[in-house]
Amino acid sequence: MARLTIPKEELLRPGHAACPGCGPALAVRLLLKGLGARTIVSIPASCWTVIAGTYPSSALGVPVLDTPIESTGASISGLRAAADALGLEGLTVVGLAGDGGTADIGLQALSGMLERRTDAIYVMYDNEAYMNTGIQRSGATPLGAWTTTTPVSASARGKAEPKKDVMSIVLAHRPAYAATANPSFPEDLVAKAEKARAVHGARFLHLFTPCPPGWKFDSADSVAMGRLATETGLFPLYEVEDGRLKITRRYSRLKPVGEYLSRQGRYSHLTPQEVDAVQAEVLRGWVGLLRREAEAGPAHDAPSASLLTR
Amino acid sequence: MTVEVLSGNHAQSEAVRLARVQVVSAYPITPQTTVVEGIAEFVASGRFPTQFVKVESEHSALQVCVSASALGARTYTATSSQGLLLMHELLHWAAGMRAPIVMGVVNRAVAPPWALGADHTDTFSQRDTGWIQLYAENNQEVLDMVLEAYRLAEDPAVRLPVMVAEDAFYLSHTVEPVDVPAQEAVDAFLPPRQGHAILRPGEPSRLGSFTSPEDYVLFRHELAAAADRVVPTLGEVEGDFARRFGRSLGGTVVPYRCEGADAVLVTLGTASTPARATVDALRSEGKKVGLLKLRLLRPFPESELRAALRGVGAVGVFDRAYTFGAAGAVATETRAALYGERERPALTSFVGGVGGREVTPSLVRRVFDHLLRGPEEGIVWSDLEPHRELETHG
Ligand SMILES: Cc1ncc(C[n+]2csc(CCOP(=O)(O)OP(=O)(O)O)c2C)c(N)n1
Repeated sequence: MARLTIPKEELLRPGHAACPGCGPALAVRLLLKGLGARTIVSIPASCWTVIAGTYPSSALGVPVLDTPIESTGASISGLRAAADALGLEGLTVVGLAGDGGTADIGLQALSGMLERRTDAIYVMYDNEAYMNTGIQRSGATPLGAWTTTTPVSASARGKAEPKKDVMSIVLAHRPAYAATANPSFPEDLVAKAEKARAVHGARFLHLFTPCPPGWKFDSADSVAMGRLATETGLFPLYEVEDGRLKITRRYSRLKPVGEYLSRQGRYSHLTPQEVDAVQAEVLRGWVGLLRREAEAGPAHDAPSASLLTR
Repeated sequence: MTVEVLSGNHAQSEAVRLARVQVVSAYPITPQTTVVEGIAEFVASGRFPTQFVKVESEHSALQVCVSASALGARTYTATSSQGLLLMHELLHWAAGMRAPIVMGVVNRAVAPPWALGADHTDTFSQRDTGWIQLYAENNQEVLDMVLEAYRLAEDPAVRLPVMVAEDAFYLSHTVEPVDVPAQEAVDAFLPPRQGHAILRPGEPSRLGSFTSPEDYVLFRHELAAAADRVVPTLGEVEGDFARRFGRSLGGTVVPYRCEGADAVLVTLGTASTPARATVDALRSEGKKVGLLKLRLLRPFPESELRAALRGVGAVGVFDRAYTFGAAGAVATETRAALYGERERPALTSFVGGVGGREVTPSLVRRVFDHLLRGPEEGIVWSDLEPHRELETHG
């Protein structure tokens, strides 16, 4: 019989303020199981400001520091510096920011934190829009998706630009550890959280977090939506350690992306041609990922001295 | 105690080392840069074991301090002008979270157009953020104020961040002999930060969470109560400093020859030096003039200022900044403070030394002449004409 690998300890407590079927809430519940109670979390303005509860209560079993929306990378650098200065042993410092707070307004602070090799974990929970302010497009909103600032009409087809590739930006900084995860694959998410906790240096987790009100689907379908995102290849699960990429959920055949798109109101305007275009993009991404995994060694293996002029 | 020849900026770096600051974070901007370079040298030489976080913006620098402060660390940052403006949102966070951060601000003109000289627009435009603002006149004051600032900021009665402001170049890049106290003496005056950690590992807690209007107002009210305790607490801190180090900065407002004065000029920062010399010169000519140096701008020391100006016929306020659509900032505040007086002196708002223009004795003399002629409405721009003569302060 398979061993239950998910820790019992609940650090997301009853009484939180998430919507039914909230992907970010599911993801953080699992994340904290992997990280444990000796964690401090920095949260910028986002849905999680609200989910964590209203003063004077808190829904998290760990200390939480609120910050401005753009600050997360700097905040966890400050927490790390203080923990080191004060000799607070074994403290896991975590930033928990939305896709808007990461890919857009907080990108500079994230880059700074990664470049400084801050010993902390930056977590981007990606619900693919500014949800707390009412579903406005972010840089991480996918091509074609409806949001309140990318409306659909005869001439407008939702978001006109593809999703910002935050992982590639992060990997260009050569973090100690980076991974994608999805609460619909709990063992994988918890294992990555545990691994991230054990590694030292700058770490990054990209969590896929479906949002029923923002994506317009039934709140009972959140887990199914997450599974489809990975099974279609739209959100592949992988990790990158020391520059070496490894796919952690492998499929010999992917499900057609239409199965995922057709279940969300934000894509209901897409024509078959537009769905085909998304399908082609997803397959290109998947093949690219396989190629990167197959690359001989990490990008930063010592280059041969013969490359130098004499 | 040793006497060293230090710039205002190196007086900041020395004080930060002596205060055993645990987390320093900063981003370069002229004329603040040498503060941070000085700290970097101390760290590299092993003389100063601090966590020095070299960030990618002033915004991040202050966030590093706010977050580190929440865990209980003593923190420092320094900036000028544009950097301070970029911090604006974080300034509110720091004060609202009651983070006892100390920040050196080298007052510099705000762009556009680009300018590097001394000007108080940068700190004046942050008056509502909840930071205590102290202004130095010389480099000794800079060093002493930074040490006092930590005591004040961390006092349980206060728990507010403090800016120690010094004028660009007149202090930041001008060297003067400075008494540098011994480490043991500073340690006795300024023990490690105690009991301020709001967030503790292993204990569920939250700082900064979402509040209802009913609760929010209570936080603002507490901020106001802390502001009210700043002046008395600063008095206690300065008393202790004077006992230990044998010198005093002289309170929130420092009067000079104000007894029986017909006219008193209120100044902030380095403009006080030529103003003092000019008061001496005018007094020797039989003119009854005095100087009131303001050291604390936020919270505004209303009753101290009122008491110091009681009985004075004409008050001039010299602002080294133009405040949009109003009289000078200090002039406006002074006028408001005097409103509670039964006998109110006439008040004239002078703006001068803006953008780093030199405040010369002859400029101050013109200001006093103007003041003695009678009050004037609006703003008197005291030095619009090009400087022709090269003058020395004397
Ligand atoms: C400087 C600033 N600009 C705008 C806001 C308003 N704001 C609050 S939450 C939010 C949305 C954040 O979106 P994201 O990071 O994707 O997280 P989500 O709300 O989706 O959880 C915005 C724009 C703010 N708090 N601060």
